[in-house]
Amino acid sequence: MSATTITTAPTTIDEPVRFYDLDEHAHPEGHSTMLGFWIYLMSDCLIFAILFACYAVLGGNYAAGPAPKDLFDLKLIALNTAMLLFSSITYGFAVLQMQQGRVKGTQLWLAITGLFGLGFLGIELYEFHHLIELGATPQRSAFLSAFFTLVGTHGLHVTFGIVWLVTLMVQLGKHGLVAANRRRVMCLSMFWHFLDVIWIGVFTIVYLMGVLR
Amino acid sequence: MTPHPAPEAGPFLGRLSLEALPLHEPILVATFAAVVIGGLAVLGLITKYRLWGWLWKEWFTTVDHKRIGIMYMILGLIMFLRGFADAVMMRLQQVWAFNGSEGYLNAHHYDQVFTAHGVIMIFFVAMPFITGLMNYIVPLQIGARDVSFPFLNNFSFWMTTAGAVLCMVSLFIGEFAQTGWLAYPPLSGIAYSPNVGVDYYIWSLQIAGVGTTLSGINLIVTILKLRAPGMGLMKMPVFTWTSLCANILIVASFPVLTAVLALLTLDRYVGTNFFTNDFGGSPMMYVNLIWIWGHPEVYILILPLFGVFSEVTSTFSGKKLFGYTSMVYATVVITILSYIVWLHHFFTMGSGASVNSFFGITTMVISIPTGAKLFNWLFTMYRGRIRFDLPMMWTVAFMLTFVVGGMTGVLLAVPPADFVLHNSLFLIAHFHNVIIGGVLFGLFAAINYWWPKAFGFKLDVFWGKISFWCWVVGFWLAFMPLYVLGLMGVTRRMRVFDDPSLQIWFAIAAFGALVIAAGIGAMLVQFGVSIRRRKELADDSGDPWGGRTLEWATSSPPPDYNFAFTPVIHDLDAWHDMKRRGHQRPVTGFRDIHMPGNTGAGIILAGFSLVMGFALVWHIWWLAALGFVATVGGAIVHTFNYKRDFHIPAATVVAVEDARTRQLAAGA
Repeated sequence: MSATTITTAPTTIDEPVRFYDLDEHAHPEGHSTMLGFWIYLMSDCLIFAILFACYAVLGGNYAAGPAPKDLFDLKLIALNTAMLLFSSITYGFAVLQMQQGRVKGTQLWLAITGLFGLGFLGIELYEFHHLIELGATPQRSAFLSAFFTLVGTHGLHVTFGIVWLVTLMVQLGKHGLVAANRRRVMCLSMFWHFLDVIWIGVFTIVYLMGVLR
Repeated sequence: MTPHPAPEAGPFLGRLSLEALPLHEPILVATFAAVVIGGLAVLGLITKYRLWGWLWKEWFTTVDHKRIGIMYMILGLIMFLRGFADAVMMRLQQVWAFNGSEGYLNAHHYDQVFTAHGVIMIFFVAMPFITGLMNYIVPLQIGARDVSFPFLNNFSFWMTTAGAVLCMVSLFIGEFAQTGWLAYPPLSGIAYSPNVGVDYYIWSLQIAGVGTTLSGINLIVTILKLRAPGMGLMKMPVFTWTSLCANILIVASFPVLTAVLALLTLDRYVGTNFFTNDFGGSPMMYVNLIWIWGHPEVYILILPLFGVFSEVTSTFSGKKLFGYTSMVYATVVITILSYIVWLHHFFTMGSGASVNSFFGITTMVISIPTGAKLFNWLFTMYRGRIRFDLPMMWTVAFMLTFVVGGMTGVLLAVPPADFVLHNSLFLIAHFHNVIIGGVLFGLFAAINYWWPKAFGFKLDVFWGKISFWCWVVGFWLAFMPLYVLGLMGVTRRMRVFDDPSLQIWFAIAAFGALVIAAGIGAMLVQFGVSIRRRKELADDSGDPWGGRTLEWATSSPPPDYNFAFTPVIHDLDAWHDMKRRGHQRPVTGFRDIHMPGNTGAGIILAGFSLVMGFALVWHIWWLAALGFVATVGGAIVHTFNYKRDFHIPAATVVAVEDARTRQLAAGA
């Protein structure tokens, strides 16, 4: 620390010290959006952590009702998982298109991503409907409360992701690949991949480990 | 199974009907009348002086971190008066209800009062106060022009306000929760609380929680990304450091609260079984989860004030802070440790000796970094040239008071002792000892310290001293009796008492509350007198205390853009360094300054959320759906606005800075 060594009056300092940035340029707009959005994702991750914790603690409380073994159809869930994983790949293609400056291509891959997302949601709703028909409702046991809430919260996130995706496609159409839109594509990309990571946790802990126990 | 009959719901107004108005409670009717008359008077005055346009343009839609900070402080102050009124009501009831008397509050009302007191004081007093403080000071201390996300900042404030409004609405339409401030199930479940009280609790906290989480993210990014050139992390002022840690705690704990309240909501609205006693639910799961948020929360409140005490001690001792590095590490250690102590709030759960020992020991360990901080402050004062201005007086009062509260905390951290003292008035005395002695005294130090920065004149010393002595003496009178009563086994939240020998202690405590009331009154007088005498108390230098950090480098109040040129930092106490080495304030070469533009989106979206929350409380489903669609739709519409900034023209900057040059010349 050079400053602490200077104890004499300012006139004896050889080099003038610069205390103000006289030639500054403003921070580019949105320069910290990615960090902020990433921190938001971490806070969202905590919500999922709590839901996972509830599932871990309450997931064995069947209250004399159905257990995972009786309910889960792994083939259907495998298809569902494939939907979501593919949607992440297609989102990656959208980002590649964006980096090459192609608006139409970006929009196209976003649309394909959205369709995969809708497919995922459709299968999930079918599964929920099926379970409720069987009498395995969220009210039936703490296990089912925790199951529906964890999987349903993920599904709600995917729903919001799709709403955002459609909004973004419109905005890309209106303004093209301006800096603000590029930033938004990257934020939604993080969001979408984040949901994939969460789903891998859900698939493993809820479904795979569920049919084992 | 339901002890109370569930109220019937209509399709149009849900559960809302004329019976929801508490006309049978004379206290509430009188309060309502006073609020309506007072409110109408305020609205009338605003209209008479044609202030609506000014309020909307300059304040409600502002994205200036300084104005948002001031609005947070005003919100905190208003809600503080409400929370304190609740406190006085409790003191009065408890001293009254002896020798067969039922006091003046029925159980239904009394239970709402103690719940509302806790909820309001934590969520709508302490949180707005510290958020406001961080909002105002942090960007100035790091030499920034605003926060990273100025619109989000405005939105966060209005969401917090919407939560506070919803909480206040419960006073006159329906009821508030009667569950205690953390709403433990099964009491807060639908079976035992079928009415709207807990729903008010849930939705006001959820709406405010959105604001708190977003403002936490905002301030973290601001501190990490917008520091002036040269300000490495270990050259940040201590207040900025403690703010950073507090905001990390916010982002890492408020989602837990959001999640656990959402689960309670599902139990109440959908009939799930997370926290019920049957179908495999576990009420203790709720207690664990809410304290995983709740314990970090108390450190969210106290850490920024530790920063304030550091700034004040250093400034008023005329020395640099003793042990800056250890202060930073102590803050970080407290941040981490605050996550692994939550179970000490319910040692009596029966988790066994090993688990209780672990949490007891981690709790005691926190006293080590906290103790290190205290010694750092003492060593800063040692051989310093101490000036006992009001901020320093509050700091010394904090040190003396907080140490006692800290020691009773360590006492409670011993599980066997806690089995005796759990849920007793000893606990109440402990946490008021640290929250009043730490958080409130810190806030008062901060208000007295930074008021001249915000408004350009100092606060009146005479009324400040009266307020100080009333507060400090009143605190000791009000809470030491509760330690005694707690040790004698009196549990918290009691409405009537059988043992007449206890009454004298409650009488002393009630007297203490009155002395505190005098302290609050004196503080309001202090503000009023200071505003009236602002010419005499004016400070033209911008640096009335001989400050050491960057916020004192600019004018008081600072211009919209804070700094015409971004400061370059060479030393920890940047402003002290600049003064010592004879810096020259640049007076030419000003340029256009890029700034964020005002927007009404924040207050509008928060208004939609408020409507949605109210509708959800009363099961008015169509309105809730409408509110939800409006909130989400409004947010989407807002994203179509790409033009959110403007430039302050160089000519304006020149005019402001020339005025500043003249002001400095006149003062010198």
